[in-house]
Amino acid sequence: MIFLFPLVFVLAFGASFGGLGDSQPVYVIGVFNMDQLNLANSTQAFIDALSATKILSIQVYSDNQTAQSDLSQGKIQAVMVIPSTFSQSLTSYRASPEDPSRWVNATIRLYLDKGSIVATQAIPPIIQQVLTAFTSQNHQQTSTPIILKIASLIETKHASAFEFMAPGMFTFASIFLIMMVAQSFTQDRENGMIKRIRTTPITSTEFMTSQVLSYMLIALIQAILIFFAAYLMGFKPNVNFAAYALAFIIVLIFSLSNVGFGLITATVAKTSGAATGLSFLFILPQLFLGTFVGVSLSSTVQVAGKFVPSYYVTDALTSLLLREAAITSPAILLDLAAISTSCIAILAVGIILYAKCYKF
Amino acid sequence: MGLSPILMENVVKKFEDVIAVNGVSLKVAEGELFGLLGPNGAGKTTIVNILCGLLKPTSGHVIVGGFDVQKESARIKELIGVCPQETAVYPYLTGVENLELFGNLYALDRSTLRQRRDMLLEKMGLNQDAKRKVEKYSGGMKRRLSLIMALIHDPQIIFLDEPTVGMDPQSRRAVWDFMTELKRENKTIFLTTHYMEEAEALCNRVGIIDHGKLIALDSPRELISKNKVRNLEEVFIKFTGRSIRGEI
Repeated sequence: MIFLFPLVFVLAFGASFGGLGDSQPVYVIGVFNMDQLNLANSTQAFIDALSATKILSIQVYSDNQTAQSDLSQGKIQAVMVIPSTFSQSLTSYRASPEDPSRWVNATIRLYLDKGSIVATQAIPPIIQQVLTAFTSQNHQQTSTPIILKIASLIETKHASAFEFMAPGMFTFASIFLIMMVAQSFTQDRENGMIKRIRTTPITSTEFMTSQVLSYMLIALIQAILIFFAAYLMGFKPNVNFAAYALAFIIVLIFSLSNVGFGLITATVAKTSGAATGLSFLFILPQLFLGTFVGVSLSSTVQVAGKFVPSYYVTDALTSLLLREAAITSPAILLDLAAISTSCIAILAVGIILYAKCYKF
Repeated sequence: MGLSPILMENVVKKFEDVIAVNGVSLKVAEGELFGLLGPNGAGKTTIVNILCGLLKPTSGHVIVGGFDVQKESARIKELIGVCPQETAVYPYLTGVENLELFGNLYALDRSTLRQRRDMLLEKMGLNQDAKRKVEKYSGGMKRRLSLIMALIHDPQIIFLDEPTVGMDPQSRRAVWDFMTELKRENKTIFLTTHYMEEAEALCNRVGIIDHGKLIALDSPRELISKNKVRNLEEVFIKFTGRSIRGEI
């Protein structure tokens, strides 16, 4: 344990903040091109210029609704709507760069992923830079007829960093249930309470069910307290009751995996002190790969993140509460399926191992 | 219960290459207070664990309350009360809460539970401290609470695994008086101890165990008189060449 803990800690911390794998993130931008004219192929040239940055990956959509739907599910980081007057505006500018009265104005609307602080801060300057370079070329003009305007689906809102991190906080708090469960089961085993309970008529199924339900209740109360605290600090998602209900259900299902990991830890640990330390082997990867802590995971490490249940929980909560995705959207349903399957499996493994080892 | 409440026939228990219980046979009659006396590591707790259904014997036959321990342990658990060697209580609950928790595990109705709880707390002198958290109790108080937790559901067969270990003389005397009272109520009590005076004072019959084998079985008086010694310690020395006190 004394050798394993620092190793796991550094690996998890480094993966989360050190950009393990790819050093440069890539942002996927959905483009809906309304410019049917495409004069001098300029619209396509602009799209190609965006792709050439290597930091942006362009996905062209034939309709805005699909693009916005994908944005609300976190599949893409932004949607850029190119207006119908784009190439016309560009042509007018290049024909008379010194004479603004001859310009045709155009506004590119940019919708950003409300669930990602990184995307919100990184994407607009990149696109603005490409647009400015593409539009003005060698001209030393400070203004051009084409402007980039950031919009959101429902309202323009300037979210704080805290709000972006809030969904991850629900996950973060629930993860420490692993330590609680591990300590409790180990302590009860150490002090003979498990043995004592085994002499009573209560069956192992009844005992385990009562334990799981108790911890689920603790997880629910934690989530409610966090929600109220976050609400008081300004996190007020604009979603309906169904979204809130689903968010709490997801947290409850997630608590099953934490009970499972706690049981696995209690199976291995000889003392409650050892259980506390060993529980971090499950806590740290979930913390750094699947909550707000690791917001800037590289693409390589994101693959590793997909092996921890907390990743899907944070993703689902972000989609529900920040991106305001519909509760029946595919991304949320997929996250829910991943959470349910993995959490129930982990709980089952934990129960089987503990019961087998301690003949419960 | 016409048959012996507790019956062991040629029971063996092996843990890998260690024989913890080696061909033990004994019978405990209804209403009897039977003592299993031996030094640490003799196999006393292993025998109690087998009788309670916590361990399966490697071979042999065990009947408790008329039920086979290997096939009907669920039914046995409704008849027995077990006070383990460890002081297994929840420190963050009060005395009352610990008792009520275990009463609920036996599905006692509320009025019966309250009645039994108050009576047992009174008998063990814990009623003044019943609403304090157990972590604040002394060691003797915790062990007394542990004892009455085993009795909350008024079992007919009671297993007490070294119930007075670590107790002050006052607490020990209180527990002895309590066990005598239980005997008067015709409860069958299986007691393990390494205190000879406890076995001599309380038990109808005593089995002396050493290295997993039952080396003597009779009433304390008979064992002492047949072996022409002064106490059970000397009976043990006579059979093994060692002192129980030296083993502790």
